[in-house]
Amino acid sequence: MQRQVALVKQSLFDQGYLDEQFMELEDLQDDANPNFVEEVATLYFKDSARLINNIDQALERGSFDFNRLDSYMHQFKGSSTSIGASKVKTECTMFREYCRAGNAEGCLRTFQQLKKEHATLRKKLEHYFQMARQAGPKETARRPK
Amino acid sequence: MEKGFSPVGLRVLVVDDDPTWLKILEKMLKKCSYEVTTCGLAREALRLLRERKDGYDIVISDVNMPDMDGFKLLEHVGLELDLPVIMMSVDGETSRVMKGVQHGACDYLLKPIRMKELKIIWQHVLRKKLQEVRDIEGCCYEGGADWMTRNDEAFLGGGEDVSFGKKRKDFDFEKKLLLHDENDPSSSSSKKARVVWSFELHQKFVNAVNQIGCDHKAGPKKILDLMNVPWLTRENVASHLQKYRLYLSRLEKGKELKCYSGGAKNMDSPQKDAEMNLGSSYAFSGGNSVIETDPKPLASASVSDPSSDVHMLPKAKKTRIGFDPSISSGAFESLLPWNDVPDPLESKPPILYDESFLQQQQTLPSQSSYVANSATSLMEKEMKKPSYESSSAGGSRVNADEFLKSPNVILQDLDLSASSEKLQEFSSNVTNNTESTLRSLNWEFQESHPSGALDNDLDLSWLQGERFLANTGFQNFQFQDYSSSPSLLSELPPHLWFGNERLPDPDEYSLMVDQGLFIS
Repeated sequence: MQRQVALVKQSLFDQGYLDEQFMELEDLQDDANPNFVEEVATLYFKDSARLINNIDQALERGSFDFNRLDSYMHQFKGSSTSIGASKVKTECTMFREYCRAGNAEGCLRTFQQLKKEHATLRKKLEHYFQMARQAGPKETARRPK
Repeated sequence: MEKGFSPVGLRVLVVDDDPTWLKILEKMLKKCSYEVTTCGLAREALRLLRERKDGYDIVISDVNMPDMDGFKLLEHVGLELDLPVIMMSVDGETSRVMKGVQHGACDYLLKPIRMKELKIIWQHVLRKKLQEVRDIEGCCYEGGADWMTRNDEAFLGGGEDVSFGKKRKDFDFEKKLLLHDENDPSSSSSKKARVVWSFELHQKFVNAVNQIGCDHKAGPKKILDLMNVPWLTRENVASHLQKYRLYLSRLEKGKELKCYSGGAKNMDSPQKDAEMNLGSSYAFSGGNSVIETDPKPLASASVSDPSSDVHMLPKAKKTRIGFDPSISSGAFESLLPWNDVPDPLESKPPILYDESFLQQQQTLPSQSSYVANSATSLMEKEMKKPSYESSSAGGSRVNADEFLKSPNVILQDLDLSASSEKLQEFSSNVTNNTESTLRSLNWEFQESHPSGALDNDLDLSWLQGERFLANTGFQNFQFQDYSSSPSLLSELPPHLWFGNERLPDPDEYSLMVDQGLFIS
C-alpha cells in the first residue's frame, strides 16, 4: 500500500501536476502537524475556488477589464505556487499574457483550460491523500525516492 | 539583563492575504525556530506593530494585498518603527523588485519561498542592529539587542569589550558586538539597539530640520546637534533623514495635482472615515508650499514651542502633511486631525518637509505664514481637508495664548499651499484628544487611529494654555491664526475649520473667531 502511495505521488510529479514545492511542504510535515500537506491543499482548493469564481464573474460580465483580470490571476497564481500546482501555474501565466495583450478570446480559452487543470489536480490529490491516509501516517511523510 | 543575538526566537510578523501561504510560512518560520505571528491584513499588521512597538524584530509582507499596497506598509513600518521588512511576491519583475528596494525593503523574496531563504532572515535583523550599534559613539554596544534569546542558549559571551573598528565577517564577532556589556556603564542606559522614532523624537527631528531651514543644508550632523538627544547618533539621524527624504519625494511624485495650492480639490474627499486626528499632521513648513510631499505627519503640537512643534507623526508617510507646529504662531488650533487624510492630502503640499519647507522655516514654524496666505484658496483647501474631522481634536482647541505668543507668524511668506497645511496644525486639538488625535494622525488613510502611532508624546505644549475650543463646540473652528491680523482670519474661512466639512458662513466664522480664537 505504501508503495502504491509512493507511486501515485511520483506519477503526479512525473506528469507535471506538481513541482518541488509539494516536496517542500512534505518536508514541513512533522509530528506537530502530521497532516500538514493535506491541510494546506484543502486550504488552497477552498481559496482558489473563490478566486476562480471571481474571475468567472468578471469574465461573464463581458467587459474584459484586463487589469482587473490580470490582478485576479496574479493572486491566483501566487496561491497556486503554494502547493506546487505546476500545470495550473502554467495556465495562469498564459492567461496573464493574454490579458497583457488584450486578447479576450485567449483569456477565455485559457481560463477554461485552467479550470480543467485545477479540477483534475484536485481530484488527483484527493485520491492521493485518501490513499496515504489508508496506508498510514508514516508513509505520507516520506518522500518518494 | 543579558542580551545577545540569536536567531532563535526571532519575532517575525508575516503579512499575506493568501491564507494558504500564510499557513505555509507560519510553519516554515516555526521550523526555523522563530516566533511567528501571522496576519491577513496589512492594516491589522500595522495595528499589531504599533501596539507593541518593540514586539517584533522583522516583518515579512506580501506585495499585493487587497487593503493596502505592500509598499505602503513597508514605508510605514520603515519610518515608524525602523524594522527590517522583507517583501514577497510571485512576481519577480525587476521594476517591482526595484520598487521594493526603493521603499526600503531589505530583501525581496519570490514565491514559492524556500526554507533556506527564511533561515537567513535573521541576518537582516542583526545587520540593522549592528548599524545602530555602530552609530553609538564609543564603539561600545550600548543597547543590547532588543530581542533576547528566547531560550537559554547563550550565544554570546558576556561582557567583552568589542571594538567596533574591527570588522570581521565572523558571526561570532557580530554576536559579540551585540552582546550587551553588563559591565559597561553606558549600557546600563538600556537603550535599545534599534532607535524607535517616536512621535516626539520625530518631532524634534522635524523641528531641527526646519530650523536649519534648507533641506540641502540639513545634514545629519546639524540635525543631530539641534535635536540635542544625547543617545542619538549621527547615523541614526542620517538614516532617518534618508527615509524622510524618500518619503517626501514619494509624496511629491504622487501629488502633482493635489497640491494644496491648487485649490485643494483633493480635499474634497475627506477622509472622513478616519478621524482626522492629528495624525495627519501635516507639517506645514512655514510657508513652504512644500507641502507637496507628504511628509510625515508632523503633529505640530506645540505651536508656540518650535521644538515641540513638529511632531512627527509616526512615520505615516502617507499621511499627511506634517504640521509645522510653527503654526503655533497662532494659527492653528485646530489641527485637523486628519489622520485619515486620504491620499489627496498627501498631495497636498503640506507638509512639512519639503525642501522649501525647510527653507522657509526660519522662524517658528510659523504657521502663520499660511495664515497669511491663506487667502481664499487656502481656505478652500482647508475646508476640503477632509481629514479634519474634528473627531476629537478637531476641536478647535485653540490655545489662544499660545498662539498669540508666537509673534512670528510669518504670514507673508507663506505659500498658499503651505498655508493650507498649516491649518492642519492640530495643535490645538491636541488638548483633549491629544493622544487620540495623534493617533488619528495615523498614517494610513484608512486607519483612523494607529494606536501607537503617535506615541504621542505629542508635545502639546501649546495646548497648555487654555484649550479652548477643545470641545467647546468650536470644533469646526480650527485654528485661526490669531496672532496674525484678524483680517487673516477672515480670510481663512472654512479651511481652518477642522473637521468641519462644511464651510461656515462668514458671519459664523467671524463669530467663531471672536469667540474662540482669540482667547487671550
